[in-house]
Amino acid sequence: MEILKKYPKLFQWLFLLAVFFALCFSIDVPETYKFIRGQAEFVKDPNQSTFVFLGKEVRYYAFDVFWRLPPLLGWLPIWINDSLFFLMNDWMPMEFWNEDTQEYKTRPLVLQITRNLTAFMTFLIELIREILLGGLETIVAFTSWDWIDANPWAELPGLPWTIVAAGSAILAYKLGGKGLAIYALLSMTYISIFGQWKPSMQTLSFILVAAPLSFIFGLGLGVAAFKSKRVEKALYPILLVMQTMPQYAVLVPALVLFGVGDHAAVIITMIVAVPPMILLTLLGLRAVPPEVIEAGRMSGCNNWQLMSKVLIPTARRDILIGVNQVIMVCFSMAVISAFIGAKGLGFNLLLALNQLNIGLALEAGLCISLIAILLDKMSLAWANKQVDYFGNLNFFQRNKNSLFFGVIVIVGILLAYFGSIYFKEGYNYLFEVPHNKGISTADFWNKGVDWIFDTFFVYIKAFNTWLIVDVLQPMRALYLRMPAIATLVLVVGAGYLIGGVRSALVVCGLTLFIALSPWWDRALVTTYMATFGVIVSCIIGFTVGTLCFQNKHSTNFMLNVCDIFQTFPSFVYLIPVMMLFGITDTSVLIAVIVYATIPATRYTIEGLRSVPAGLHDAATMSGVTKFQRLFKIEFPLAFPHMMLGLNQTIVFALFMVIIGAFIGTEDLGQYILKALSDKKGAGIGLTLGICVAFIGLIFDNLIRTWVGKRKKHLGID
Amino acid sequence: MSEPVIKCQSVYKIFGTNAERMLKEANGNVDAKTFQENGCIVGVNNASFEVSKGEMLVVMGLSGSGKSTLLRCISRLTDATGGKIFIEGQDLLNLNNKELIDLRRNKMGMVFQSFALLPHKTVLENIAFPLQIKGIKTEDSINKAMDMVKLVGLDGRENYFPRELSGGQQQRVGIARSLAVEPDIWFLDEPFSALDPLIRKEMQDEFLRLQEKLQKTIMFITHDFDEALKLADRIAIMKDGIIEQLDTPANIVLNPATEYVRKFTEEVPREKVLLIKDVMDETTSDVGDLKVSKDEIIENVAEKILTQEQTVAVIDGKNNVVGSINPAKIINTVFGGRKNNN
Repeated sequence: MEILKKYPKLFQWLFLLAVFFALCFSIDVPETYKFIRGQAEFVKDPNQSTFVFLGKEVRYYAFDVFWRLPPLLGWLPIWINDSLFFLMNDWMPMEFWNEDTQEYKTRPLVLQITRNLTAFMTFLIELIREILLGGLETIVAFTSWDWIDANPWAELPGLPWTIVAAGSAILAYKLGGKGLAIYALLSMTYISIFGQWKPSMQTLSFILVAAPLSFIFGLGLGVAAFKSKRVEKALYPILLVMQTMPQYAVLVPALVLFGVGDHAAVIITMIVAVPPMILLTLLGLRAVPPEVIEAGRMSGCNNWQLMSKVLIPTARRDILIGVNQVIMVCFSMAVISAFIGAKGLGFNLLLALNQLNIGLALEAGLCISLIAILLDKMSLAWANKQVDYFGNLNFFQRNKNSLFFGVIVIVGILLAYFGSIYFKEGYNYLFEVPHNKGISTADFWNKGVDWIFDTFFVYIKAFNTWLIVDVLQPMRALYLRMPAIATLVLVVGAGYLIGGVRSALVVCGLTLFIALSPWWDRALVTTYMATFGVIVSCIIGFTVGTLCFQNKHSTNFMLNVCDIFQTFPSFVYLIPVMMLFGITDTSVLIAVIVYATIPATRYTIEGLRSVPAGLHDAATMSGVTKFQRLFKIEFPLAFPHMMLGLNQTIVFALFMVIIGAFIGTEDLGQYILKALSDKKGAGIGLTLGICVAFIGLIFDNLIRTWVGKRKKHLGID
Repeated sequence: MSEPVIKCQSVYKIFGTNAERMLKEANGNVDAKTFQENGCIVGVNNASFEVSKGEMLVVMGLSGSGKSTLLRCISRLTDATGGKIFIEGQDLLNLNNKELIDLRRNKMGMVFQSFALLPHKTVLENIAFPLQIKGIKTEDSINKAMDMVKLVGLDGRENYFPRELSGGQQQRVGIARSLAVEPDIWFLDEPFSALDPLIRKEMQDEFLRLQEKLQKTIMFITHDFDEALKLADRIAIMKDGIIEQLDTPANIVLNPATEYVRKFTEEVPREKVLLIKDVMDETTSDVGDLKVSKDEIIENVAEKILTQEQTVAVIDGKNNVVGSINPAKIINTVFGGRKNNN
């Protein structure tokens, strides 16, 4: 009894576990139960039950309600899909003037809006693309094809790669100094020499459109949320879901609305990239000291002046960090949106992965990573750069960079001109190295992969078999063996113990949504893969983080490594694992582990670092050993922050698991991928995405609530 | 008598969701405790006072006493819950947004405890900021700002950024900025509290020098009683939102109104605060040869007076004898009337 009073929480948890296991053992697996490999709604089977809701027929295999809940929300994806189609094809038909045919035409409003948006985006992308690579489309947009035929000289020539490379180096120098400039020059030259120029510029043009647009929208919405509580409250749930929503899932509805192509990719990228921008804008504006705002008011600012001259400039750094985030999201979307037809490196990467041409994939992946790192470092340097005073410089000093760029442009054009004389036959290498005409290392890599396979096949195979048979399969079976009701009890109970009734209700709602959708089994598989990934990542991350923290240099080194790894678009992680493990669950899981270890390591180091120096000194003066200090002082205090790392690890792991569907897994991601190629997939894709987001949010809610309480208890911030 | 520049009539500031209703129901009898039980916090409780032209009113109180809230009510950075505030006869609480902005652009300047400079602007641009907001041409505003830079002694640093300046220098920028529009009313919210003691003293002297030159109407907030005594024409001492006493420094030291005020005055070195005129007798007969000015601080003339056997004559600026003081009175003032702490 004494012990019960001393650790009440412990016993509550034990009781919860006891109930959970009791439920698991008392509910038998129904004899008819099997893991459904096809999509239930498309299978017609006399054993299925059906129900009709809102005019939609839902088919499903009925089990004992304690075992699996019936998919009462099965109508939702169908309904979303039908509504989308209705919106696009039948809602509010209106007369619109058609330029081409010179007459009025009846079209549904939404279709017209999306078509106009599409045209606008396409124009923007083409404009940037043709400035970089040359082309006709932009001029055609202002004139007509006939006019072009009549005036064959009218064509945007495109910039020689020398100018773009030198230009990016100058910009890098201005923002981040010599080192960054050298990096910019080297990576751009690499891209050119290795024949990846065209796809790289296509990707770059995509980002140069998507990032600024996302920035503008994000800033605008962030400001609106800052000024009005109501806007903030309306945005909050969307922001929350978008943070954990796999980017895959948003692709499908966009496909329906905007079709296939770069424009759709830009729009979808904006949808994904705007939320972090909103959050960081809000964060930055909130962090402006109240006295600065008062100083602005007392200087007689009206609302507009206060926002544009006081608040936004003061919050500059946070807002620019937002820009950095936007750019990073754009890069990861640059690859993912290749699924809906975005051109560029991402497309080549997917194609190569599809053909199992690891060498080509590696080249494309390397290029995209090089550009991603460059833009990441540049935008960070911009954020951290402080305003300088230029008034005392003369014209040349002030404009030396632009003047230098002018010189570069002239030199570049001259070089390209000489090149056209020198390389009379074939390609002008000083203008653009054509795709596949540069140096290619693909063969080398492919041979390397073959060699690895030949040499280590036995070991890899053995490891693979062991992992799958002895670890993964049993774990998967265990997850699938959980009766729905037991899972629900466990999750809701945990919610109640951690955060009280409120938390319990939230996680109950989230779990019920998944349980009532037609994909509970799949969600369990997703969760099992994520769990496995998270456990291994956390063990590695916490260990590595703790070890690195012992030394200042290794700490900085590790944080830098994390930075760089985080810059890689998520798809890039699939390349090396496919190289080693081929197309198996092991590949996916290893990609998950590598990807998810980043936040685990980073948060461990940051958490340990945030322990106040005073406590450190106090502990040392009390005569603790290094280990005592670590376990008695640093870990307990860093633990809340490390738990936030766990939260991030879960989100990262879920992302990668879903992306892993590309290699072939049997979870929610596989259905999302299927929905992409399905004409009626929009509703399914979106609902699946929400399911994944909700898995993330369940953990997010539990962990954040716990961390909040713990931090309050410890008196940290 | 001319109209007071700032006039407050039973100003209340109460934080909380149904503050206004509760204030109405309280009927002018606000009790902080009852309000707190109902989820409201009383910031300013029934403040009434006037500040006349060229006068410096120092509001003194510990943190949480409502002094900053009172200042923000008068500058209308927050809206008072009840009462009336007049700025040069204008009813402040009835101004619309445009009139309020006009008032701030032309009549008010404010200095902040944390300096509140704009990090992305140079010293000169910071100072010119209120002028540019007003719509004054860039060249004129820069010229004017340059005058201000000279006034606060920052010439040579006008192109520095706030991050490159020390705390004292930053506050000089804050002061220059608040003076750039040549306001009549000058609010200072603990301007020197964030500075080191030595710099603080230097800035106080500088501030007095400026005020002698500019003769603004000032509301100065501080938590430092010595600072209040040094600067003020009159001091308002606040506690829990209530003005406990509002009087001249001498009167506060000599006749503290409440126990709370007396605690502050106990440790004050009176000879450094009081003037001869505060303690002299009115009688002018039977005085010796030595004459002291009535505006001298006691400390400066105490030695002279104490060496006299006779009563010393007190004169005004025109050399007329207006009173007298004897050594016993000096000793009594400096050492007498204190509680024995041993």
